[in-house]
Amino acid sequence: MTAATASRYTAEYSNIAPTLPGQNLPWLTALRQEALTKFSALGFPSLREEEWRYTNVSAIEKKLFSPSLIGQAQELVSTELLASYQLPDTWSVVLLDGHFCAEFSVLEGLPETVSVMSMAEALAKQPEIVARYINQAVNNDEHSFVAFNTAWFTDGLFVHVPAKLVLEKPIQVLHLNTQNDALASTRTVIVAEQMADIKVIETFVGLDAAYLSAAVTEVFVGPNADITLYKLQCESDKAYHFGGIYVKQAKDARFIHHNFAFGGLLARSDIHTDLDLASECELNGLYLGVNRQHIDNHTRINHLKPHGISRELYKGVLDDRARGVFQGRVIVAEDAQKTDSQMNNRNLLLSNDAEADTKPQLEIYADDVKCAHGVTVGQLDEKSIFYLQSRCIDEETARNMLTFAFANEMVDKIKIKSLHDQALEQVLIRFPQEGVNKEWL
Amino acid sequence: MLSIKNLTVNVNDKQILKGINLEIKPGEIHAIMGPNGSGKSTLSHILSGKAGYTVTGGSVTYQGKDLLEMAPEIRAREGVFLAFQYPVEIPGVSNIYLLKAALNSIRKHHGQPEVDAMDFLTLVKGKVRLLEMDEKFLYRAVNEGFSGGEKKRNEILQMAILEPKLCILDETDSGLDIDALKVVAEGVNSLRAADRSFVMVTHYQRLLDYIKPDFVHVLANGQIVKSGGAELALELEEKGYSWLEDSKAAV
Repeated sequence: MTAATASRYTAEYSNIAPTLPGQNLPWLTALRQEALTKFSALGFPSLREEEWRYTNVSAIEKKLFSPSLIGQAQELVSTELLASYQLPDTWSVVLLDGHFCAEFSVLEGLPETVSVMSMAEALAKQPEIVARYINQAVNNDEHSFVAFNTAWFTDGLFVHVPAKLVLEKPIQVLHLNTQNDALASTRTVIVAEQMADIKVIETFVGLDAAYLSAAVTEVFVGPNADITLYKLQCESDKAYHFGGIYVKQAKDARFIHHNFAFGGLLARSDIHTDLDLASECELNGLYLGVNRQHIDNHTRINHLKPHGISRELYKGVLDDRARGVFQGRVIVAEDAQKTDSQMNNRNLLLSNDAEADTKPQLEIYADDVKCAHGVTVGQLDEKSIFYLQSRCIDEETARNMLTFAFANEMVDKIKIKSLHDQALEQVLIRFPQEGVNKEWL
Repeated sequence: MLSIKNLTVNVNDKQILKGINLEIKPGEIHAIMGPNGSGKSTLSHILSGKAGYTVTGGSVTYQGKDLLEMAPEIRAREGVFLAFQYPVEIPGVSNIYLLKAALNSIRKHHGQPEVDAMDFLTLVKGKVRLLEMDEKFLYRAVNEGFSGGEKKRNEILQMAILEPKLCILDETDSGLDIDALKVVAEGVNSLRAADRSFVMVTHYQRLLDYIKPDFVHVLANGQIVKSGGAELALELEEKGYSWLEDSKAAV
């Protein structure tokens, strides 16, 4: 917004810089310096910027979130807390307040050819490989949150899967935040080489604290490779969340994203992907807002080459005074003939004070394409209510059941059983109990 | 079972039903036939309690109670079942969930405990086989992506499990190919019982080849203009409706 308020963050940076990983790498130091300069000049994104016009982040500027020290909080994390979010049948990496936590991470049995290591470790052991990817799927010009992340990131994860390898279990990245006024700024890079196939789950959770979680994930899907990425955002209801996912798809690559945005006082997600020749992407999203939550999802599908296919469905359920934002941009470049794109955003408003702002944008520069988009903002379908009533179910229960069903359609798309059950539980705790009987599901 | 007396119904101030009289005894099958716009669907909707209709006169008594006073879900729990012409798709709710919710609502209404999970599964799977459906159907979302035939079969499955007393079949034959029609008809026939009545609302006689009605009523311009036995349906098939449309209400 204004450089003046951001200057509090900038002023503090010189104290923080020596603690950040990769200090000995000139290229990274230069990159961070460039990012800092950009952030210092611009501050956090402002409502004047078109892609931030519905989301006011000035509260983040008024506070000062600072990175926490390594290992400060391990004793705060109970076994139960960890068990309730760490998924079985996954390789699980825990990023505690923005730092890799080896003690909580489970990586036994990972194939030797697969790299899964903290970003700090990757920068120490194989900086030349990291340099090939970092700031390549997105750069500091995207917006100042990205620049902020580049300058401030304390750790993160580096995942590299070699060609033709199909990873038998998903990798879970559990972002766990415990500290008031803490900043967890992480940078994650995920690479799947040609014909590899992986599933990654990003889980964001926190203790009852006001913190800022700012995570940037860069994803590289190699030729004919498959990456399915799940994001389950259940931050503390006092927390601020920014999560940017920036994807480069090579030719014939497939990328599927499932975005479950449930938590946070103010949460913003970016999911941007660039499609090469005949690559395909599917973006699914579900945002649930209650009380005064503000949940913003910003997607950009960039068809750069011919024969790309994109499918997008975002659904929002907003109650109380919650506000949901969906901005979906589909760009079809002049060269991207035969693009086939569908975008849909559907919102359910459960209260008169809830608000949905939806802005689908198609920018088509090619002339032989099939692009469709649809948007709805409304209440439950009366025909469906009557159908359930005629099946013995009273009106209130029917309404609750249909509200649940509206959201559950997205949960049902999750192919990983443990994650499905976890997401379902998160949906259920956000809806009235009457109407949905857990045991019958 | 059901007694409709001089029922008049408006939709948006326009009179759609202009004095319907109908007596249905337990175990009987009545077919309501008539051309498009005659009020057939209005009649099935008014019996099941759909909103948007104003009853301006007459009465509907079901098992001695005033049906029109009951909320749609109470009618359903009391044993009135409408098989929809266009069953609604409900993504996000599985068939088996809906069946369990419906059945337990009926049980609660009658002061009975929730159905035992194993008994329920046995019951449902038996009915699924009866209707030649795949068990996987149960775990799919309600009607989502179902073909026309599958949707109608699903309606009959619900009917078979909920065991209503008064079954209203609204244009059940529409959108069905001959094989699906036979399966649906067999399902309905298997549910025929001395204490269960059926009202079949249909435009065509086709369904009546497979489910033989005891009575056929012709609805035209909001009135029953002719009533007869099963043979009346054949006559209608041959002559069409035009010869009856101008008639006065049958007395």
